[in-house]
Amino acid sequence: MLLLEARNIRKSFGGLLALSEVSLAIEPGEIYGLIGPNGAGKTTLFNVLTGLYKPDAGAVVFNGTDLTGKKPNLIVEAGIARTFQNIRLFANMTAIENVMVGRHLRARAGALGAVLRDRATLAEEAAIRRRAHELLEYVGVVRHGHALAKNLAYGDQRRLEIARALATDPKLLALDEPAAGMNATETASLRGLLEQIRADGITILLIEHDVKLVMGLCDRVAVLDYGKKIAEGAPAHVQGDPAVIEAYLGGALP
Amino acid sequence: MRAGARAMLHRLRQDPRARWAGLALIVVALTVLPFALEASVGRTWVRIIDLALLYTMLALGLNIVVGFAGLLDLGYIAFYAVGAYAYALLASPHFGVHLPWWLLLPMGAVLAAFFGVVLGAPTLRLRGDYLAIVTLGFGEIIRIFLNNLNAPINITNGPQGVNLIDPITIEGMSFAKTNTLLGISFPGTHLHYYLFVLLAMLVMFVCIRLQDSRIGRAWVAIREDEIAAQAMGINTRNIKLLAFAMGATFGGVAGGLFSSLQGFVSPESFVVWESITVLCMVVLGGMGHVAGVVLGALMLATLPELLRHTAAPLQQQLLGKVILDPESLRMLLFGLALILVMLLRPAGLWPSPTRRRELTSARAPGTL
Repeated sequence: MLLLEARNIRKSFGGLLALSEVSLAIEPGEIYGLIGPNGAGKTTLFNVLTGLYKPDAGAVVFNGTDLTGKKPNLIVEAGIARTFQNIRLFANMTAIENVMVGRHLRARAGALGAVLRDRATLAEEAAIRRRAHELLEYVGVVRHGHALAKNLAYGDQRRLEIARALATDPKLLALDEPAAGMNATETASLRGLLEQIRADGITILLIEHDVKLVMGLCDRVAVLDYGKKIAEGAPAHVQGDPAVIEAYLGGALP
Repeated sequence: MRAGARAMLHRLRQDPRARWAGLALIVVALTVLPFALEASVGRTWVRIIDLALLYTMLALGLNIVVGFAGLLDLGYIAFYAVGAYAYALLASPHFGVHLPWWLLLPMGAVLAAFFGVVLGAPTLRLRGDYLAIVTLGFGEIIRIFLNNLNAPINITNGPQGVNLIDPITIEGMSFAKTNTLLGISFPGTHLHYYLFVLLAMLVMFVCIRLQDSRIGRAWVAIREDEIAAQAMGINTRNIKLLAFAMGATFGGVAGGLFSSLQGFVSPESFVVWESITVLCMVVLGGMGHVAGVVLGALMLATLPELLRHTAAPLQQQLLGKVILDPESLRMLLFGLALILVMLLRPAGLWPSPTRRRELTSARAPGTL
């Protein structure tokens, strides 16, 4: 069964058609890459899949349920967690608190529990903290656990965002340019982390500009250009596609 | 030397005996405070402290909305008004209804929470300046309603307000009179003081517990980045409404207490300026920090009174006449104090440790 299926997604902003009849299908356990030149509609598609935008037409089906036009919090609950292209951490919370917020929807305690601190609430709170700590360890920023998120180094902020997304127990992790602004060493270690996440059974949808990373990491790749999907397939196959070459480098001279 | 003192302080804090001793000291101080005030500066001051405690509850309530959840609410006093009128109308000759206070206070709280949700719901999509303007309008709407709901059916008695509100009575002991208990006579102001201290401490306790919880984290997450908060699975609508409701609850309780303390309410007590004052208490004290907000409320509620009682006599003594009217001097100093605090301590007089780090932005990687 497919994990995520987007069918004929269309989205326009005013007169600008950002996505036109884009479909994609992601299998459980794969790393699926989404590439394309700037302005091709990658992030728009991301925002449609994660509920930030409502599509004008088309459907998003995840794990057998229709998620089209659902609110972001319901989509996370269904199992799609995301990161943002321009890091959107809770800047003035500590790193561990950021991850603890990610556990919000997998916990129950309400205002009354918070005030009374009954045994169930305390146990839940301890479990949240423990899990957050594990996740910080997992992505490798545990030594900065009590630093404010905004004071973390850039690469660590990206990792923290991944930890926060993982805290929601996703089936699909959607990463919007996780390697942006990273140097070669950081990218290599990020790649290790993503492979580890996949090995732990989480499917990954990845927008990325770093071609080397995409080609080395992804099982399949879709290429967007001007809001249309122009190619899809194994990285090596897509790389040789004339339409893709034209999208990136321009067509042959007439 | 200083490090040694700090280490000692730290050890003291860890020691449970020291903690109990400190607690006992605070309890004793709070117990004798009204008598000490009455003996030294007069009973007026006990009353001023009573009102300051009401402001403390208000500021703590507003702090949930503004400080924790980051929703700038300029109409907060409306919930105070709702609580005050709910109490006034159901415990006065106005309708001839005389419900007991212990029923009216929770009722006022629930009613205020309801109004918090009703007024909060239309503002859910608004942020920052826009939210401030709309809440400002809602606050005024409530006051104008109270002012005009005397015709065609007289509900609120309009600008004349509601008079002869029942005082709080415990075991036949009316808080409007002096009562003798165990051979000590307690004036009504003192009894109110004890009740208000207890309730203010309860509100503080609730705030502190909420702050360090799943709900508290969700509020702060929304304050920091609403879109990211929603993308992390927080139902931002419900959590924001919860903030409005919790904040309004404390406002409603404080309103009921205000009614019983004054014995009279009119729409004049709930003007925009009151909302601004409470907001100033929150900002000046240290937005989002419970102890700071309490400090801000107590300071801003008592210092103007101090000025009122000293400025005129002082000028009379030094200059032979009163040049600056204490009321205008009060506004002047109020403004000056706010500007100074914003310049010198932008996070407030007593900010939370995190907020302080935020504004100094020192790069101090913590460890787990």
